Order: sequence, then structure tokens, then C-alpha cells
Amino acid sequence: MLIIRNLHAEVEDKKILKGINLTVNAGEVHAIMGPNGSGKSSLASVLAGRENYQVTEGEVIFEDKNLLDMAPEVRAREGVFLAFQYPIEIPGVSNINFLKTAISEIRAYKGQPPLDAKEFLRLSREKQKLVEFDAQLVNRSLNEGFSGGEKKRNEIFQLAMLEPSLSILDETDSGLDIDALRIVSQGVNKLRSEKNAFIIITHYQRLLEYIVPDFVHVLYNGRIVRSGTKELALELEEKGYDWLKEEAREKETAI
Amino acid sequence: MNALQEQTIPLYGKIVDKYHELSAKDKPQLARQSAFHKFQLLGFPTIRHEDWKYTNITRFLKDEYALETSVVAPPAQLLAKAAIPGLDCYQLILVNGIWDGKIAGSPLPKGIEIHRVKDVLNKPGFAEYFANENWGNLHFAALNAALYTDGLFIRVSANVAIDKPLHIVHLYTSDHNLLVQPRHAWIVDRNAELSIIETTQSMSGETKIWVNGLTEIFLNGDAKLDHVHLQTASGGTRLVQQTAVHQKKQSLYNNYTFTLPGADLVRNDLQARLEEDHTETHLYGLYLTAGDQLVDNHTLVDHQRPHCFSNEHYKGVLLGQSTGVFNGKVYVHRAAQKTNAFQQNNNLVISKKATIDSKPELEIFADDVKCSHGSTVGQFSEDALFYLRARGIGEAAAKALLINAFAFDVTDKLKHAAVAEFINQQISHHIPVNHAG
Repeated sequence: MLIIRNLHAEVEDKKILKGINLTVNAGEVHAIMGPNGSGKSSLASVLAGRENYQVTEGEVIFEDKNLLDMAPEVRAREGVFLAFQYPIEIPGVSNINFLKTAISEIRAYKGQPPLDAKEFLRLSREKQKLVEFDAQLVNRSLNEGFSGGEKKRNEIFQLAMLEPSLSILDETDSGLDIDALRIVSQGVNKLRSEKNAFIIITHYQRLLEYIVPDFVHVLYNGRIVRSGTKELALELEEKGYDWLKEEAREKETAI
Repeated sequence: MNALQEQTIPLYGKIVDKYHELSAKDKPQLARQSAFHKFQLLGFPTIRHEDWKYTNITRFLKDEYALETSVVAPPAQLLAKAAIPGLDCYQLILVNGIWDGKIAGSPLPKGIEIHRVKDVLNKPGFAEYFANENWGNLHFAALNAALYTDGLFIRVSANVAIDKPLHIVHLYTSDHNLLVQPRHAWIVDRNAELSIIETTQSMSGETKIWVNGLTEIFLNGDAKLDHVHLQTASGGTRLVQQTAVHQKKQSLYNNYTFTLPGADLVRNDLQARLEEDHTETHLYGLYLTAGDQLVDNHTLVDHQRPHCFSNEHYKGVLLGQSTGVFNGKVYVHRAAQKTNAFQQNNNLVISKKATIDSKPELEIFADDVKCSHGSTVGQFSEDALFYLRARGIGEAAAKALLINAFAFDVTDKLKHAAVAEFINQQISHHIPVNHAG
């Protein structure tokens, strides 16, 4: 589904990603962990197409297409979804109008007929229930006045509505209490299927107790320094990141 | 005297001639004489006048304009777009400032009278409303008051609430360059209620039309007036609109001014004179400017008496190479204790070539008041734009959503859903991406 080869990216001439290689297949859940400032969120931003990142080298192939050539909205329509670490509040744009616009643009892109109002309502009720998101959305501005937890749940609700093939969850667990974490995780677990894939970016192992990953990667200093299975996350929880940092530094000096 | 303007501005000489022509027919009222002398003293405004510092009208004064307004049939093109879909109202159509005496919709209910100004301006009981001169040093108001010949006189009797809004459609059309100077007087008597929706449209073409309007509004004790003005004229049109509102005890005045792309020049002078205690005033404005438009909103809230409340919120969206000006003056007299006066102006400058000059002016001479003002100028939030795009919403649609969201604070205040819908559509219509950049 997604192949990242030797991806280098920078922001304002500062090198952030220094050669990422990663392959994600349909049906898989990949966790990306790493200390602060290692480039985890930058990777998510580059994949979603945030414009202040310049890709200087490498390529990203998404379902046999060059992802990096696409505008952010085209990536979304092709099936890439980024759950934001900090969802934006937009006063004056209603949650419902926002989702309707998004869905109708995605459907138009795929050549599907627009959803009628009734069908849209039915779908949004169903998905709200699925992700246990009971916030009143009609007549409320997008994320405005939502608590941190509500904003994150709104992200997962949008994910459920848009049914992307690749979802990237950027520190969705940050700022969540244990109940919200459980609800968000259950939502994601219900949405997992053979056809879609998830990249879960997290600082802590905690989230991975709820959403069990197939693979765990550790990002440090713009590179993936170690990959493994879910046991790697446990090892990190126990030992911290220092031993990996040490290893990475040794490797660099060896070169 | 303005000898220089007399030589350099072709219109100036015509104005002098027209005044003498009018005076020869009837002995002019004192007010007309005095207005003419005031105009001679003030001349046309230039950027050396503080109130016109950012609004240079020299290029519009280079054109010649005729001062004769003949009665013309309303062009079908304009008529077709005049009605607000779904609005139950009494509709009046004025072509070049002249009303044909007809009311569409249903017959007027009891308690409201509407006349052509031409028919009443010298009559007792009416003339007094045209004897005022209290709009300060407004150059164009003086010009209007010196030369006006017609307009709309509206009066709602005491204790009458008019059930449906009056929709006043202003259409302007001419096959030659023309200066039109309608003058209106609207009176809402004690404890009466009225809702007025004005829309302004003009034919686009080679000819230039300058509309110099003067509207005086008198709200007696406990009267309520809801006043919407949607300005959507075409290129070649220059609109200067002075509106002076006189508020008596416990009256309520709500003004909503929407200026959309089209006219070359729009200058609004909106003055709320709070002449007695416990009045309430809300001024909402939205200007969406494009092309090389010059749109200037000057407002004055004149707190003369204690315990009055005023709230003003103007928002601007600037596209193309347009220029916007907002000047909001709040004057609190020494006697006006316990005044609450709030003002806010927010601007979204979308195009790199657009400019906005925003100037709040507060002059407070009372010591027990609550007043605030704020002015912001910003661009699209990149984060908001990216968030929308990351959900599959194209750049154009995302920008349209954000502009509508920005305008929402103002459109949300409109009382009639049909009017809000109509205006929102007009706004959306004007924000394809090709304006931006």
C-alpha cells in the first residue's frame, strides 16, 4: 500500500528526515515511536502534504502512485488520512457542513454520486455510535469549544466517515485520559480491516496496549534505527530510548 | 471658494449652474441655500482632508456627469435580479432615485405612509425633515442637500409595528454619465417598528453613474428600526451614501451594511446620533472587495446622552488589488455617563495586492463609561486551510468555507433567513479562487 524509500525532508533548511525507509501493507498496523524531536510528527506532515516541508530526496509510493506529487486534498481523496495531533478550531464552519463538503468532494473525485441529506445523516449517526462520539455536531463550529479529548474523538469520527485506506494517527493519545484513550482505541480497532492500514505515531507504549501493532519502529534523528514487533515497544517502555540513541551514535561514528 | 476646483473639476461648474437653475424656479429653502454655501466652502474632498486621507476620488471626478435625471423604465436585466427569493415583503423600486409609486407584494397596511420627496418637500408636516443640516462637515451631504429633487419619504405612525419588511430596490441605469442625488427621510414614530431592506444595483457599461445619496432617519421614543443595506453595483458606478440616524429615548437602531464587489467606489458615512437616554444601536458591516475597488466605511456613533449602548462590528475581506478603509469614530460627550460603546473591525487580506486602512477613533469626555475597540488585519490561517485540505476539500472550496466563516459573525445577525441566504449566496458567488492570489 505504502512504500517510503530513502525519504529526506527539511523545514527552513533544517534537515528533519534523513532517509526513511518503510513499507506498509494492507491490513497492517505500524507503530512509530521515538523520543521528542526525532521526526515522528514531521513524517506524518510530509505524508499528508503540509507545505512547509521540502522533500529533498527519496520517494513515497501510495497504491502505485507517487504520493509526493499530489496536493494535500488529492492525497486525502486517494485515501490518506491524517488524524492531527492538534486538531484546528474553525469558528463559523459547522462540523456537519465541513464533513459534507469533504465527503462530497471525495465522492466527486472518485466519480461517485453525492450522498443525499438523509443518507449522510444516517451514516454520521452510525459512525458517531461506532466511535462512541456523542457530541452534538449540528450547529456547532468545527472543534470550537471541544475539549482535548473531544477533538481527538472528532478526528477518529472523521476517519470513520471518510473511510481512508491509510490512516496516520499523529500522537492521538497525547492529552487523553485513560477513558478517552480506551474509547479512541476501540474506535480504531473497530475500523481495522484487511483492506486498510494504520500508522500510529506515539511517544508512549500505553496506546499500544489497546491498539496492538504488527510492527514497531523507532525513529531517532530522522532515521528508523530499529524495527521489530510489539515486544520492541515493551522493551522501550522498560529501558527508555537512551540505549538506542547510544547505538545510533556509535553507528554514525563507525561510518 | 474653490476657484481651483471650479477650473479643474468639470462637475463643479455644472453644480453651480444647477443650483442657480433650481433657485430661479422656486425661491430656495434656507436649508438648500445654506447647504450650497457649505458645499462651496468645503468643495470636493481631497486626501488633504483627514476623513478622506485614504480615499482618493480625484480619478472619479475627472469624468463629466450630467445632473438631469429623467424617468427611465427599469431594465429587465436588473429587475430580474432584484427580488430576494423567499422574502415576504412590500417591494418598492426606485430607478435613478425615482419611485414609480407602485408597491409589489401586497398593499401597504395601515399606519405607514410613503411619498415621493418631490411631492412633499415643501408641505407642512414634511418640510421640517428636510431642514436639517446636522451631518457635520460631510462634503457630499452638503452637495446632496443643495441639489436633491426627489427620494422616498416614509413614516410609520406611533404604536404601529409593520408586519413585513419594506424592500427598497435601488436601480441605476443611464446611457450617459450621470450624477444622481436621491434624498430620503424615514421616520419611525413613538413605539413603532419597521424593517427596511435596501438593495442597490446598477447596469454595467461604458457610462459612469455617480450616486450621492443622503438618508435621514428619525427614530422617536421606543421606536425600532432594522435596516439592511446590500450594495452590489456594477463597474462604472460610484456610490457615496450618507446616512444620519437620530435616535430618541429608548429607541433601537440596527444597521447591517454589506458591500460586495462591483462598484468602482463606495463611500459610506453612517452616523448614529444618540440624542436621548437609553438608546441602543448595533452597526454591523461586511465589505468584500475585489478588482481595483475602493471601499470606505466611515461610521460615527455620537453618544450625547447617558445610559446609551452601542455595538459596532465591521468585517472586511479584501481580494484583488482592492483598497478598503474603515474609520470608526465613537464620540462620548461629557454628559453621556454610563455609556457602553463597543467597536470591532476585523480584516482578512487575501490578496497580496489588496490593502486595508483601519482606524478606530475614540473620543471620550465622560468619566464613567465602558468603551472598547479593536482592529485586526490578518491572512488566511495556513493551519486551518491545511486542515480542510487534508480532509479532501480542494483549495478553492476550503477558502470559500473560511471566507464564509469569517463573514458569519455578521451574516448571522440578520433577522430574515431569506435575506441571510441571499447575501450568503452573493458572498459565495464572489469568492472563486481567481480573485485570490
